[in-house]
Amino acid sequence: MKLKGTEILLKMLEEENVEIMFGYPGGAVLDIYDQIYKSNMKHILVRHEQGAVHAADGYARATGKVGVCLVTSGPGATNTVTGIATANMDSIPLVVFTGQVPTGLIGNDAFQECDITGITRPCSKHNFLVRNIEDLASTIKEAFHIARSGRPGPVLVDLPKNVMAASTEYDPAAVRIRNHEVSYKPSPKKIANFFEMLQKAKKPLIMTGGGVILGRASEQLTQFARQYRIPVTGTLMGLGSFPGRDPLWLGMLGMHGTYYANMAISHCDLLCAVGARFDDRVTGTIETFAPNAKIIQVDIDPSSINRNVTVDLPIVGDTKAVLSDMITYFDEHNYAYENEERNQWLGQIAEWKESVPLTYCQNGNVIKPQFVIETLYKLTKGEAIITTEVGQNQMWTAQFFHFDKPNTFVSSGGLGTMGYGLPAAIGVKCAFPDKHVVDIAGDGSIQMNIQELATAAQYKINVKIVLLNNGYLGMVRQWQELFYEKRYSFTDMTYAPDFVKLAEAFGIVGLRAEKPEEVEAVLKQGLSLDQPVLMDFRVSREECVYPMVHPGDSISNMSLGSRETVN
Amino acid sequence: MEKKEHIISVLVHNKPDVLARIAGILGGKGYNIESLCVNTTMQYEVSKIVMTTLGNKETIMRIENQLRRLVDVIQVDNLTNVESIHRELILVRLNLTADKKEQIKNTVDTNKWKVIVSADDYLILEITGDNSQIDFALARLEPLGIVDITRTGIIALNLEN
Repeated sequence: MKLKGTEILLKMLEEENVEIMFGYPGGAVLDIYDQIYKSNMKHILVRHEQGAVHAADGYARATGKVGVCLVTSGPGATNTVTGIATANMDSIPLVVFTGQVPTGLIGNDAFQECDITGITRPCSKHNFLVRNIEDLASTIKEAFHIARSGRPGPVLVDLPKNVMAASTEYDPAAVRIRNHEVSYKPSPKKIANFFEMLQKAKKPLIMTGGGVILGRASEQLTQFARQYRIPVTGTLMGLGSFPGRDPLWLGMLGMHGTYYANMAISHCDLLCAVGARFDDRVTGTIETFAPNAKIIQVDIDPSSINRNVTVDLPIVGDTKAVLSDMITYFDEHNYAYENEERNQWLGQIAEWKESVPLTYCQNGNVIKPQFVIETLYKLTKGEAIITTEVGQNQMWTAQFFHFDKPNTFVSSGGLGTMGYGLPAAIGVKCAFPDKHVVDIAGDGSIQMNIQELATAAQYKINVKIVLLNNGYLGMVRQWQELFYEKRYSFTDMTYAPDFVKLAEAFGIVGLRAEKPEEVEAVLKQGLSLDQPVLMDFRVSREECVYPMVHPGDSISNMSLGSRETVN
Repeated sequence: MEKKEHIISVLVHNKPDVLARIAGILGGKGYNIESLCVNTTMQYEVSKIVMTTLGNKETIMRIENQLRRLVDVIQVDNLTNVESIHRELILVRLNLTADKKEQIKNTVDTNKWKVIVSADDYLILEITGDNSQIDFALARLEPLGIVDITRTGIIALNLEN
């Protein structure tokens, strides 16, 4: 059957079970958009290409499927770069289709031409420029395969206009790709080593990361930790991979980690990192990170192992395969965990938890941002998918919303992309129309992709925005307060739109709370409305995120901030 | 830890941008490529890249792992720790000036270097050898007045199998 390039694209998307794409048309993709017009493909028109990539990324994080977007050449393509880098840092599977000028014009500085494969080479998992119509189908198939296999990541496919207009024979059964088969099964010897090390350990600790969620290994991790009574801490990307209400859970570690998680890291004698890469925000000063511990690192990507921290036992493998093998091995080899040493270790952790719990000081007159998140958690009973922007809002969410399930915390971890939360929430809500999808935002970040309110309004994508509005770039201000003697250089954002009016101007609902006693009512109303809602919470302006490990310091050395209520 | 030169042999899919990817991933992470040789293998769609880079054991491990992450990389081998032979090739042009003519001819004969172009007023030599042999040749040639020179990167072959 002879088909045009645009028809083959749509057929291949169908083959890959793509149910939705996020995009923005333009000159180089007019033919593709014409084909979409004639098809049943669900397409969401965003208001900026960055929003398209973040929406696809949010969709991917919440569903575990590959997120797909389509943009035009030149500026359309360059606008996707921040989104692609965001997905790349957090290993999120995306396929980004970009239009390109006709092959004959490539390299001529044609109108809206840019070398997008060159630009995205260092910030994508892989990319393709399709020069021949004969390669189109196999390239698309390969792109999806690469995006989702191994350590996932974003793949860009650049589609020149003339290639998409050309025709060729198309037979879905005949589309072949190169063999990328790699074994992700761990070696049995490593599992035995792991067992030996754990058997010797008196104070074991598990650190769970994004790799557990990407590897769909939460169930195995939870079973393993519970069965053998091993406490668990997590990185930002690992939130949700272990139940946040479990007594073994210590919360997030690192710069804004809990006191007890950081103390446990600093005192454990065996640290087992699963799908985590020891980011500098997690470790603090590397020399004093887990100083008493032997370290085991399980990761699917060998390049993540031994990179930041030298480990005693590296295990390359799929997190689910490793954890499953471990459970089996441990079952077969009597692992003694019901002993006095383990009781003492768990007792010590309980003491740390009790002595310095995660808290903040209430203040009668002013809304505390943490209080808003706690109330949201209470009202939703944790049954929500939360996206965040980046900064204080993100850290407070990580601390005060207790994620019980994987794929429910959607946040830009590695790259720390402001403006991520709103478009990501739109992507999530498209996948889960019946769930509460809430973007916990700051007033700085939300303005970076505020235009996507129009997308939410147009398609009635009922996301809720909980805006923690302190009139500052809060996290940067916090650093200026602590390390720059309160010289608030360009972090005051008091000059901002009236967010309630802005919401209304976009055709969605705007609500506001200015006093603590209004918080619950506003949240209740906002959550109950069957429309997109922006809730503007005027929060305490100079609230800091605590605990905080000062940059360059050891994670056992935390500032806890003022912990008493001041009225 | 001590830095030493490592020879890394990489089999890749022969694609237009594969060299850019390799150079990019090394350069982007701060590793320098000291020498480089690329050509296709007996299969046109597969190329072999032999490159040398300086680093300690950990750095080289990281480089190898980064290379293995690339979709177009088929195989990565470090030829430094296995028995392997190494060769470089130089092409050198020497002008046969009146005062140096005799000396040049004598040196070339003594060392049994291969003359590939012999004109009235200049010679072009082709010399192959391992790194130290090439350095030795250059030390002899330099006083004779090298007009132009091209030196390949190191190529290497694994003797174990």
